[in-house]
This record gives sequence, structure tokens and C-alpha cells, in this order.
Amino acid sequence: MRHILAVLVENNPGVLTRVAGLFSRRGYNIDSLTVGRTENQNISRMTIVVEGDDLVLEQVTKQLHKLIDVIKINDITSEQYVDRELVLVKVGADAAVRGEIMQIVDIFRARIVDIGQRTLIIECTGDEGKINAVIESLKSFGIKELVRTGKIAMLRGQKFTSLNETREDD
Amino acid sequence: MNLSGAQIIVKSLQEEGVEAIFGYPGGQVLEIYDALYHSSLKHYLVRHEQGAAHAADGYARATGKPGVCLATSGPGATNLVTGIATAYMDSVPMVALTGQVPCNLLGKDSFQEADITGITLPITKHNYLVKDVKDLAKTIKEAFHIATTGRPGPVLIDVPKDVSVKKTKFKYPDTTCLKGYKPTLEGNKGQIGVAAKMIAESKRPVLYVGGGVVISGASGELFKLAELTLSPVTTTLMGIGAFPETHPLSLGMLGMHGTKAANYAVSECDLLIAVGARFDDRVTGKLDEFAPSARIVHIDVDPAEIGKNVRVDVPIVGDVKNILVELNSKLEQHLSTNWQDKISEWKAKHPLKYEKNGKLKPQFIVEQIYDVTKGKATIVTEVGQNQMWAAQYYKYTKPRSFISSGGLGTMGYGLPAAIGAKVGCPDSIVIDIAGDGSIQMNIQELATAVHYNIPVIVAILNNNFLGMVRQWQEIFYDRRYSYTDITGPDFVKLAEAYGAMGIRVNDPKEVKPAIKKAIEAKRPVIIDFVVEREENVFPMVPPGGAIHKMLGG
Ligand SMILES: Cc1ncc(C[n+]2csc(CCOP(=O)(O)OP(=O)(O)O)c2C)c(N)n1
Repeated sequence: MRHILAVLVENNPGVLTRVAGLFSRRGYNIDSLTVGRTENQNISRMTIVVEGDDLVLEQVTKQLHKLIDVIKINDITSEQYVDRELVLVKVGADAAVRGEIMQIVDIFRARIVDIGQRTLIIECTGDEGKINAVIESLKSFGIKELVRTGKIAMLRGQKFTSLNETREDD
Repeated sequence: MNLSGAQIIVKSLQEEGVEAIFGYPGGQVLEIYDALYHSSLKHYLVRHEQGAAHAADGYARATGKPGVCLATSGPGATNLVTGIATAYMDSVPMVALTGQVPCNLLGKDSFQEADITGITLPITKHNYLVKDVKDLAKTIKEAFHIATTGRPGPVLIDVPKDVSVKKTKFKYPDTTCLKGYKPTLEGNKGQIGVAAKMIAESKRPVLYVGGGVVISGASGELFKLAELTLSPVTTTLMGIGAFPETHPLSLGMLGMHGTKAANYAVSECDLLIAVGARFDDRVTGKLDEFAPSARIVHIDVDPAEIGKNVRVDVPIVGDVKNILVELNSKLEQHLSTNWQDKISEWKAKHPLKYEKNGKLKPQFIVEQIYDVTKGKATIVTEVGQNQMWAAQYYKYTKPRSFISSGGLGTMGYGLPAAIGAKVGCPDSIVIDIAGDGSIQMNIQELATAVHYNIPVIVAILNNNFLGMVRQWQEIFYDRRYSYTDITGPDFVKLAEAYGAMGIRVNDPKEVKPAIKKAIEAKRPVIIDFVVEREENVFPMVPPGGAIHKMLGG
């Protein structure tokens, strides 16, 4: 089963190596890993999508906790959350097919962010299913280049993955 | 007052109460050595950095205080690696300091640059590359805190040369603030209650005791628990000394070369109380058949150990000592049942034994060392058969009296670790029980022992074989002794060449006098015991086999 972990870490050099090294060393399978700053400049947040049964997940979580730079881990898989990926796709786009591509872009509420002589770059955000669908739809035009971010995710409503999680909205 | 980074290091070590450091100089630690020159901190110059790491480790295991080693960048730092990994596997508190090329040369394949924080990432509890002298004191404070608390382990601090030169105001912090590091020390009261109830209901309990009991200083509490519940006690290699092996409830060691009584008891118990142990494969053998009818209580400070290898019924995370105090307070005196009788029967029926044929037997030598030292020595070992015989045939009664590389099984550990142990406990008799293969891996440290007159005794069980490997070849490879027939120097002459005393023993009758002479010499001694060559360590559980199915013994 796939799990989504939201992990807060100290924003120290090498923290990504520590986490990535832990996964490869212990043979855990990462589907995707994203990392970036948070509202607190000393703290980064990783979203790790990892494959494994409950026992594996328990070990992953415990081993991650042993890293001194890891501050907090939330397995949000079974909670209500919002998740997003971003993809950039460069497709072949002669004048003849541009209209058709624009339609697809509209349907997925994606955007065209670059127009070249024979190519377009399309930007799309959404959950994994939507991203997969948009890529599938664009395939027939010839995908020249593709880059996607991996998942970021956040709990809905009054639940938080932050340092002071009891904080309430006023 | 402004101090240089190097002076800050020395002052900080003194603030931490460090009394001894083991190290080896070089270009990138010149500043630190200059600061040492002016300080009262005692530094021991080893002959190889691996020796420094093992000596710091032996010091830590013998005293319970963190060991400190120091090396220069590049090859100096990489030479520490085996020693750091050894300490990591056995949860030994250690702080390793390494020099590094100056910050402006980092990442450029500069002369003697090695990414030692990268290299040691998987074998340290944590590590640091300090790029700003202002962070140095805080980093050292954190390093000692991390190394010595929770589940202890080695921490490495890499210090670029310019950081050791630059000056800043020195103030040693009183506390650390690590958001991601808060070891759980108090056990959950509810869980302890559940465990107490299970213990009360159990008809056939066994205490399975690991190094965690030694580390947390809980042997007194363990003793009480064993006597309250009349649970027989078996220890892992790392747990040796946590419970007196002279006690009727002691089963000795379990696992691959454990006693039959221990392995039978674990296989038949209805409750296994694992205390500060981690269900290593050398202990459990075939997992499906390990303690098959037992419920399992697992007490450990490291939550990641719980459920890692076996399913556990009652996990209790926290400091072993705290938990045992609480647990004992909830228990009443048990009465003896036929379980205790059965244990005594197994013990009587299956003692450790070897063939007595008048030849010089390694097991006999270990027994004689026990006799002469009245069980009061600190025994350090190398790795192989020597290690197992040292574990089996000496009766340990005190924690920290058996020092051995368990998790990593590092040949060459014993001599430098013995030096460290003797530095830490100068009043103990320290004996390294060695193989002729292992001793050749760090024999250069004999020079260190002689130089500082650190009177360690090396008892080589010399079989002219890489004995343990030969044993496996004998049993599993039809006696094809592929490259295990090893020669060595004349160890007596070698000892003398180093300025130590050398004694050779061929005859069982000479064993005791030789040990006595070595102890009385009060200087480093090698005793070369020329033993029967193809002796085997028994009993033995074949790798991956069930622990109650043992060969030999
Ligand atoms: C550094 C290292 N290399 C290799 C091994 C594998 N190994 C384990 S036991 C052993 C033989 C040890 O021989 P010796 O020191 O003579 O001891 P004996 O078994 O004969 O008592 C070897 C090679 C090891 N444990 N450590």
C-alpha cells in the first residue's frame, strides 16, 4: 500500500541526504519525495510517498524519527487531505493541431506557458490521477519533454502538520 | 575572551569532563594539536587511527563515559571508519573529531579531502561539518548529548582547518535545544502494568537480556526482577555481565553459540521478557521457530527496535533501568515451580564441555584465566573462536567486565579496546583474549601500550588458523580449508621487539604460571598459547537454523 508521509525537518545541509540515504540503505521504496521551505525558515517539509505494508511503514516512521534532524512525521494516508502535483509538458504542436491541444488544456484547466515555433509548454496542477490523464491525452501529439514534481500534500480542516499543532483558527 | 576553534575544542572537551583522548595528528589538525600541547588534557598517540577509535570505544565500554578520538582529514578520518561502525553497532557513546580541509577548499578534491560526514552517515548516530567557529561549542555540546543519551552511539564532528584557527568568544552552553531529539526515558505505566500482569500469569518465563541493561546501569534492577519472578536469565553477547553467571538462575549466553539450557529454555518458555536486546539473527536463528509458544514483552529505549524482527505483545519504550524499577514495584515474590527444576536439570545435563585429552585446549586456558583472576578481570576479545570461548568459559559477574565487538564482529578490535579499557580502569586487570589472525590486524598498538606503559595482557589462543572460518569450512564446506591456514610471526620475539614481555606456552601445566607471571609483570605482555589447531566452538546452531537444534556440545 502507498502511504503519504508529511515530514518536518531541520533546514540543515545534508538533511535530504540523510533521509534519502536511510530509505536506500534499509531498502524502502520511495515513490516520490518533495522538499521545500515552510512558514518557518528553519524548517523544511518533505512529502514522501512510500510503498509498503503496515510493518514496513512502522519501521520507516521509527527509523526516520531516529534522524536527529527529523522533527515530526505525519502519516496522512488515512486522513482527509489535499494533494497536488505539478507537471510541465513540452509537446509537438504544429499549427494544425494547436486548436486541439488548446481544447485539452481547457478541459483539464491547465495552462499554456510557452509557445515555440513547433512546440508548446503546458503546465498543469492536480492530483496524481488528473496529471496522469492530462499526460495521456497529450501523448498523441508527441511529448518532447516532461517534468513533474512529485506529490505535496496537506491535511484538510483543523488538523495540522506543524510544530504547534494545537493552534486553532480564531 | 576570544579563543581559537582549536582552543574551544579543548576547553569544551574539558567542560564535558573528558579525561583521555586517543588520536593521531596530521596537517588539518595541527591547530588542535597545538592547543592540546598547552592543555592538561591527556592525549594518547596511537599507531593507527583505527586503534584510536577502538581505544575510545574500549574506554567507553569499560567506564560508561563517552570515548573521544581525534584524527586528521582524508586518510586519518577514513581510518576511523571501522572503529566508528563498531561503536555504532554496539551502541557505544563516542565522539570522533576529524580535521577537514579549509572551507574554501571543500568539494574540490583537495589534498587529503574526504567527505567523512558523507562516509559516516550510516554509521553514526549523528554527524556534523562545522563551517563557522561560532557554532563549534554548541556543536560539541550537542554531540556529547546525543552520543550519551537515549540509545548511545558515535557522533562525528568534522572541523575544517580554518574553523580551528578562527577566533570567537567562548561560552560553553548549559543546554541543548534539539527539536527532533527527545528520547523517551519513562516507560508507559499502563504497558508496565500489562507486562506485570503477564509476568504474574506466566508459568515459564525467561529473561532475555542484552547490552541495554549494561548501558543503562540496570543490573541491580534486573537481579531483583529475576529473583522476584524466579525467571531464568540468558544474555546476549553484549548482555554478558549484566547478570552474575554464577547465579542458579543464570543460563549463560543464548543463540548461535549459546548454551543448550539457554536455547531450550527460550524455545519452551511461555513468556519471553526481552530487556535491552534487539533480536539479532545470531540470537534468534530461524525466526519462525524462535520462542514459538511465548508471548513477548520487549523493553528498549529505541522504539525502532520494537517489532523490527519479531512481533511483540507488550512493547515498553524507555530507559531500561527506569522501567525495571517500576516493573519490580508491581511484582510479588513468585514461588518456585517445576519450570525452575527443569532449568536446573537442563543446566546439569548440558554443561559446556570440551574433550580433555591432555593437549592444550583453548577452553582450558579461558577457565584458567578465570581461576587466576577470580573472575575479577576485564576481559576484552578479538573476533572468532577466541571471542566465543571467552564468552563461554569465563564466568562474568559484573557489568562492563566483558568487552567485545558484537554487532560488527571486528577483528583487530581487542588490543586497542583493551588499551582504552585499561586507561579508563587502571586498577583492573585487562586481558585481551585473542586469535592469532585478529591480533595481527592491530598489533601495532602494542607500541602504544609499551610507550605509555599500559599493562594490558594479550592471551593469544594460537591455532595458526582463522579458526572460526576454518570451523565453518570444516562443517559446511567439507573441510576445504581455503585460505584459512594462517601463519604469524614469532609472537614472543615480536613482543620483545616492541619492548613488551613475551611468554610462550605449549603445555597445560604452564598455563596458570604464565598468567600469574603476566599479571605480576605490570607491563604489556603477550602470551602465545599454542593450542590444539582444529578445536571447534560448540554447541552451534547452523546459520538460519532453529536455536534448539544444536550441533555438538
Ligand atoms: C576485519 C574482519 N575481517 C574478517 C572477518 C571474518 N572473520 C570472522 S572470524 C575470522 C577468523 C578469526 O581468526 P583468529 O583471529 O585467528 O581467531 P580464531 O577464530 O582462530 O580464534 C574471520 C576471518 C572479521 N570478523 N573481521
